[in-house]
Amino acid sequence: MACVDAPSLRASVGALTAPGFLHDPVASVRYTDLAHGTIFGGRLAEFAGRSVLLACGGQLISALALIELDGVARRIVILPPDVERKHVPAIAATAGIDAAVTDAAVTDAAVTDAETDIGAMPDIATCVVVESRITPQPDVLPAVSTEWLMLTSGTTGVPKLVVHSLAGLTAAIRARSAADGAAVWATFYDIRRYGGLQMLLRALLGGASLVLSSASEPVAAHLARLKAHNISHLGGTPSHWRRALTSPAIHGIAPRYVRLSGEIADQAILDALRAAFPHAAIGHAYASTEAGVAFDVNDGRAGFPASYVGAVRDGVEMKVTDGTLRIRSPRMAVRYAGNDNALAGTDGFVDTGDIVELRGDRYYFAGRRGGIINIGGLKVHPEEVEAVINRHPSVRMSLVRRRQSPVTGSVVVADVVLKADARGGNGREIALKDDILKFCHAELPRHKVPAAISFVAALNVAATGKLARR
Amino acid sequence: MSVKLTIIEQMERIGREHGKILPPLRDDLVLADCGLDSLGFAVLVARLEDTLGVDPFTAAEDAVFPVTLGDFVKVYEHGMR
Repeated sequence: MACVDAPSLRASVGALTAPGFLHDPVASVRYTDLAHGTIFGGRLAEFAGRSVLLACGGQLISALALIELDGVARRIVILPPDVERKHVPAIAATAGIDAAVTDAAVTDAAVTDAETDIGAMPDIATCVVVESRITPQPDVLPAVSTEWLMLTSGTTGVPKLVVHSLAGLTAAIRARSAADGAAVWATFYDIRRYGGLQMLLRALLGGASLVLSSASEPVAAHLARLKAHNISHLGGTPSHWRRALTSPAIHGIAPRYVRLSGEIADQAILDALRAAFPHAAIGHAYASTEAGVAFDVNDGRAGFPASYVGAVRDGVEMKVTDGTLRIRSPRMAVRYAGNDNALAGTDGFVDTGDIVELRGDRYYFAGRRGGIINIGGLKVHPEEVEAVINRHPSVRMSLVRRRQSPVTGSVVVADVVLKADARGGNGREIALKDDILKFCHAELPRHKVPAAISFVAALNVAATGKLARR
Repeated sequence: MSVKLTIIEQMERIGREHGKILPPLRDDLVLADCGLDSLGFAVLVARLEDTLGVDPFTAAEDAVFPVTLGDFVKVYEHGMR
């Protein structure tokens, strides 16, 4: 068992003097109460040294369990709620799972669907069903160093398991400042994904309150809840933000700090947020489950300064090789679990697969290496076309995808969500399609202009907060 | 609108978008001389799929190679039956 190299999460939370709350739609819990209490009712010791699958339905209960399990379990596998249940046995086998934490949401589902019964899986010696009620007197256990395993997003098939340490996960979080106690953070993310977990750890280490999201909650209800808690900091993906901007309830909140991560922040969304929140600091961050948090950009412009590449900033090194961004940093994951594939190259850099282009003194994200569409031999990144369409004054968001073509193999087509005030009758739609195409022709080479545009009411945003690309 | 008129309207529209001047679009016009290149035709087939609801070239079991505009219109008329 590894020795301890950093204080456990519970110890850090216990040292806070300005305690915050975790809020979900139904409950609020002062998380510092866990310094002297437990949700495990005397059963935390059963997880000592074990490899624990954290498979709760709720985010609040998951956060409380993480605080307690860190420093006790040998390993925690954080299962996001959207992972297909059929993959869970393979994930458990890969991680050597021998214990599990679930909640009523999961055990209720197991009553009707035996496949989801985690407690009945082989090799699980102990399975505790928890609720977010804190009772006094936690078990006092010897401290161990805990591995945090997160699942990659965006892959098909069984997700990869990425091994992190708490030290690596929290390396981008600066020492707490006096202002943290008064801050109320919120995120559109689920805290069981990398972007959301960063927000949770930031709140827990700084003492800020955090308003959690809920997958089943409508956007307007979520925004109303953020207003009620008077949130000061709010983060999510550009897709989260575009969806929130379609709701009039967005005008009820007034965050001091607005953060985007997880997808390309194009100029259109940065400008729309600037217009919606004229007095807020607006930043976009680059992070991935494998590479960790790499950098923040706070000048309100898309892309990032070219000077970031080739320099060491806060211990993070970046370079561009074969057009993709590579990162080496103390914040990156340690390795993949159950997989001999190296996380980083022999030079220690993680290949992010994100293609960047240098224009002037700035790099811009062009798209994913795997997402390129080939049109008669010419290449298109869907994201670069979306960035242009999204700048059209009538457009809220767009998805560019491949359609098979008998002539050129592929063409690109676009699904477009209009802003509320741009929607209208059929005649207006035809004129608007022409105008968007004209706009694209002015900005893009011909093969990158969508062959066809469809207006849609909404685009599917995956549980990861990213635009669902098939 | 007839299939033929729909096709002609879309060709003229794509010609304008791509900055091409098209000759008069008559039935005996050879497609290779119509002013649209392969990308122009790819766009045309995609637009017609949205307006007419069919891509007869991808749907066909055998490869179809219309030579004139009249042939091209027939492929669509046949494909919509």
